[in-house]
Amino acid sequence: MNPVIEARHLRKTFGVLVAVDDVSFAVNPGECFGILGPNGAGKTSTIRMIYGFSPITGGTLTVFGLDIARQARAAKARIGVCQQENNIDPDLTVLQNLQVFARYFDIPAAEAADRSRELLRFMALDHRENSRAVDLSGGMTRRLVIARALLNRPELLILDEPTTGLDPQSRHQVWERLEELRTGGLSILLTTHYMDEASRLCDRLLIMDHGRILVEGKPAELVRSHVGLHVIEAVAPAAELPAYLDGLGISYENLGHRLIIRVEDGTSLYGEINLRFCREGCIMRMATLEDVFLRLTGRELRE
Amino acid sequence: MKLYTPISRRFLRVWQRNWTVYRQSWKISFIPPLFEPLFYLLAFGVGLSSLVGNIRFRGEEISYIRFIAPALIAITVMNNAFFENTYASFVRMYYQKTFDAMMATPLTVEEIITGEIIWGATKAVIATAIMMAVIGLFGLIRWPEGLLLLPLAFLGGLVFGAAGMVCTALVPHIELFNLPVFLFITPMFLFGGTFFPVENLPGWAQKTALILPLTHLVDLSRAFANGRIDASSLPGIAYLAAFAAAVFPLALSKMRRRLIK
Repeated sequence: MNPVIEARHLRKTFGVLVAVDDVSFAVNPGECFGILGPNGAGKTSTIRMIYGFSPITGGTLTVFGLDIARQARAAKARIGVCQQENNIDPDLTVLQNLQVFARYFDIPAAEAADRSRELLRFMALDHRENSRAVDLSGGMTRRLVIARALLNRPELLILDEPTTGLDPQSRHQVWERLEELRTGGLSILLTTHYMDEASRLCDRLLIMDHGRILVEGKPAELVRSHVGLHVIEAVAPAAELPAYLDGLGISYENLGHRLIIRVEDGTSLYGEINLRFCREGCIMRMATLEDVFLRLTGRELRE
Repeated sequence: MKLYTPISRRFLRVWQRNWTVYRQSWKISFIPPLFEPLFYLLAFGVGLSSLVGNIRFRGEEISYIRFIAPALIAITVMNNAFFENTYASFVRMYYQKTFDAMMATPLTVEEIITGEIIWGATKAVIATAIMMAVIGLFGLIRWPEGLLLLPLAFLGGLVFGAAGMVCTALVPHIELFNLPVFLFITPMFLFGGTFFPVENLPGWAQKTALILPLTHLVDLSRAFANGRIDASSLPGIAYLAAFAAAVFPLALSKMRRRLIK
């Protein structure tokens, strides 16, 4: 099975700034693949090269086996893109937005009208088909952008932070639609800041920072191998707790007022800590992708 | 890295997008070209011409209103194309990110910008047609020769649209369009043989005026509106065509540099 996207030693520089540095990965057909990373990690630069928006600086990149540098038009015709900004056409209605966009793909008018209405139904926007696009709420606008990305019946859907800024209801609705599309066999590449989104949607993902890949794998496996099963968070614990953990040879992260302990099975340890070092505010929870992410990329702000 | 990106007929899709938007608001878009010539004809033709009376232009005695009417068309061509491909294109590029969305489709930057410039020229033609109807009612256009003003408006539209697009590719903020307007558009509006013959300027200024594309467009408009179709128009047409042929590829390459990151 040939990969939908194959990047080898991909590089992107802007003057002296290295945005993407020696990145290699492959996305298989029907797979949902995630690219995670803090702001400025190189996520958007990477996917912009994939959909032919930015020329690559180095390495090789093929999409559907096509060399994106030379066959961008042929590749772009088969990709649907939902960019980070909601760049809908504010001068047009909801339906017109789709119909005008369909022309860029040379979709005949009658087919474009049918397809547009079908997608508006799919994205639960059919009741707003004649509204001006600027009058839509944030969630509806985002759904319109996703509907627009599906007009050309893409074989690959690329989503740059699809649910940033949406309320929980809208996010869940978007997720359900994306899951439906994935079930239908569509290959999806997405970037996100939300670990719950990545865990839920992605078959595989990579975490990158400073232009480089830190890890790649299945979400659950990454959690198991980089964090463990449980995380104990002790808020304002007794001063002796670090020494106690050191004695047991258990590693932890000390944030001052909060101690994060990552363990394979924390049930007995949790009881012990709760009893002896932390009367209240000690919790044990399942390890998540967010723990992996913070462990690998650190806690400093990226601005 | 240089990408091989030919311009295909797909640039028409970009033109079509602007046409679809224009049709939404055509009633409003129609008003300026309909009323602007009326205001000018009233102010200059009625108000000023009683002071000026007839003027001698190239050995002929003509009324002042007949002198300025074709210039008004040329100014409209300039304004429509230039402002469409500066302010309006900039809004689409910078604020609405319309070009970014288009660039994720099979369209190339060259097709997007070509579509925009051809659209600017189209707006110039539409405005010219409306103005011709108004000015024609005053008997200031000779038919059918006057119809040549339409293809002339398209050529002029390409000239000023492409020039505007070069500015759009270069300005960091929308406010900075004041600069090309002040340095390029306003001097042409005043000194391009519009409200008085270029021959009234001192020698050095006459030569300078001949570099400005509007001077030639005004000259050709006057010739066509008055039914003077002869070889004397050829240098002016050649100048405008050469200007467009030089600035159009410049607009494409500057925009490519701005948009491709």
